[in-house]
Amino acid sequence: MKHFGTLLSHEIRMLLVSPATYFAATLFLGFMGLVFSKILDSYSGAAQDTSPAFVFFNLFWLPVCMMVPLLTMKCLAEERRLGTIETLLTTPVTTTEVVLGKFGAAYILYLALWASTGGFFYILHKFSADPRLLDPGPMIGGYTFVAVGGLFFVALGVFASSLTRNQSVAAILSGAMLAGLILGSHFLADSAWLQQDVFAPAKKAIDYADVFTHRDDFTRGIVDTRQVLFYLSGTVVTLIFSILGVEAKLLHS
Amino acid sequence: MSRPQTEPPAIEVSHLVKTYGGAAAVSDISFTVVRGEIVGFLGPNGAGKSTTMRILTGYLPATSGTVRICGLAVAAQPDEIKRRIGYMPENNPLPEDMRVSEYLYFRGRLKEIPRGKLGSRIDEVLEVCDLKRVRHRIIGQLSKGYRQRVGIAEAILAEPPVIIMDEPTIGLDPHQILIVRDLIASLRGRMTVIISSHILPEIEMTCDRVLIINQGRVVAEGTPADLRRDVLGRAAYDLEVAGGAPLAAIVAALGGGLLIETESEPDAAGFRRVRVTAAHDAEIGETLLQGLLAGGLRVRALTRSQPTLEDVFLAATRRSWDAIAPLHHGSSPVADARD
Repeated sequence: MKHFGTLLSHEIRMLLVSPATYFAATLFLGFMGLVFSKILDSYSGAAQDTSPAFVFFNLFWLPVCMMVPLLTMKCLAEERRLGTIETLLTTPVTTTEVVLGKFGAAYILYLALWASTGGFFYILHKFSADPRLLDPGPMIGGYTFVAVGGLFFVALGVFASSLTRNQSVAAILSGAMLAGLILGSHFLADSAWLQQDVFAPAKKAIDYADVFTHRDDFTRGIVDTRQVLFYLSGTVVTLIFSILGVEAKLLHS
Repeated sequence: MSRPQTEPPAIEVSHLVKTYGGAAAVSDISFTVVRGEIVGFLGPNGAGKSTTMRILTGYLPATSGTVRICGLAVAAQPDEIKRRIGYMPENNPLPEDMRVSEYLYFRGRLKEIPRGKLGSRIDEVLEVCDLKRVRHRIIGQLSKGYRQRVGIAEAILAEPPVIIMDEPTIGLDPHQILIVRDLIASLRGRMTVIISSHILPEIEMTCDRVLIINQGRVVAEGTPADLRRDVLGRAAYDLEVAGGAPLAAIVAALGGGLLIETESEPDAAGFRRVRVTAAHDAEIGETLLQGLLAGGLRVRALTRSQPTLEDVFLAATRRSWDAIAPLHHGSSPVADARD
């Protein structure tokens, strides 16, 4: 892993000069800013049971499904399209280092974008005299959730990019996989047919993977290690598949 | 190029085979390249050149056979091999969004050049490849010639003992080809270079030795002069003669298997252009001239025809198809290709 630092800094630089990054950042901050202003609007009208941070992280899935594909679609697909993966892998670097470098860069940018929404809470803190609006529990829980969940989400984006040489296909694939993971598990958990006894083990597994339940737990301040393990193991498996995806494509190139 | 006997060759390929889904891209190739030599790799499209080069770099695994770079087996020590090669793939893929110096710095770090040396080494390769003027330009905005030179600069950056270049002059104009050719020639003796190309005069002018590959096999190997002798195997003479004496009979009487291959109509001065071929490669120009004069013919010109590498290439690939064709039946692709 001696080249990981070189690859990571290179990938971050490449992401910072990519228009897709700024498009993703603008979309993300615009959307989250809109959500935040609507939350403040409703809180200024009437007293609410939950803190603004809890409501803010409710809609995490929408920017995740938009932003992660835009950050990751290029990473491996573009290398394969241009053929630069060949020059990269004929230097003393391994496929693992390449995939981890790209994953690390996209994840750091993902975290940076979410961290920038901290500015919303800072503004609220600066101009609001009401300390109840800034309940640190849901805020810390929410950010921990997006950080832990982000590992798996970004890994899925990298995996999608390893499967194709077309960025657009990678973005669509990544968006579909994220939607499947986040929304699919939630809708399946709620579906009536799964309530039958015969499907009890499947229901249990789907409940375990329900990302919305994880978000609710995190924003309530509950950090369940099983949930953390779900994201960590998902990340590791997905990155292994990404590495295998790149190597399998090489063997058949 | 005299080296100690203990030093292994730069490249040793032994019975290399690569198949894709049962179809052989490379069939039992063996060759050796000594240190400091520049070797040209010639072959028609689909001959297996790029596949062989990718196997040499460790990028693709071989189906069977062994490849050694500087004595190290590629399959067993791929990381060590990657430290000993500089590779420029076909079409020279480069990142579009990076500046030339940034790209070379990044590649230098990946190739484990110490930070302290990297700056001066980048300056050196920029100088050698005449890239100083464009060092701060974005690669995506460079002309094809500059991009090729960036690819070569990257390949020689870490001063590896072996440089592998797949079609380094493809798509360049004659002036750019000249620059790239000089650049490659400047590596002679310092690095072992193996280049593939379709531009045969390029190979002839740059390379010490040529390997011709067809249908995944090495069909000819040697210096251009050796190949002319071995593959074509016979001398040809171009004459301009006049006179009423029977040329065919005079030529045949000289022996040596001399035959008239082509003969033009007489020009205004009565001279005909004639091509005569011998059955062997030995020099018989003087005998031919004396025989013609003794036969009462007037001779205005006599030159030994110098076959180009293109002639050798065509003859060698044709010969390999002839060898392979009996293995196939009827309308096999090989038979079709010959047609």
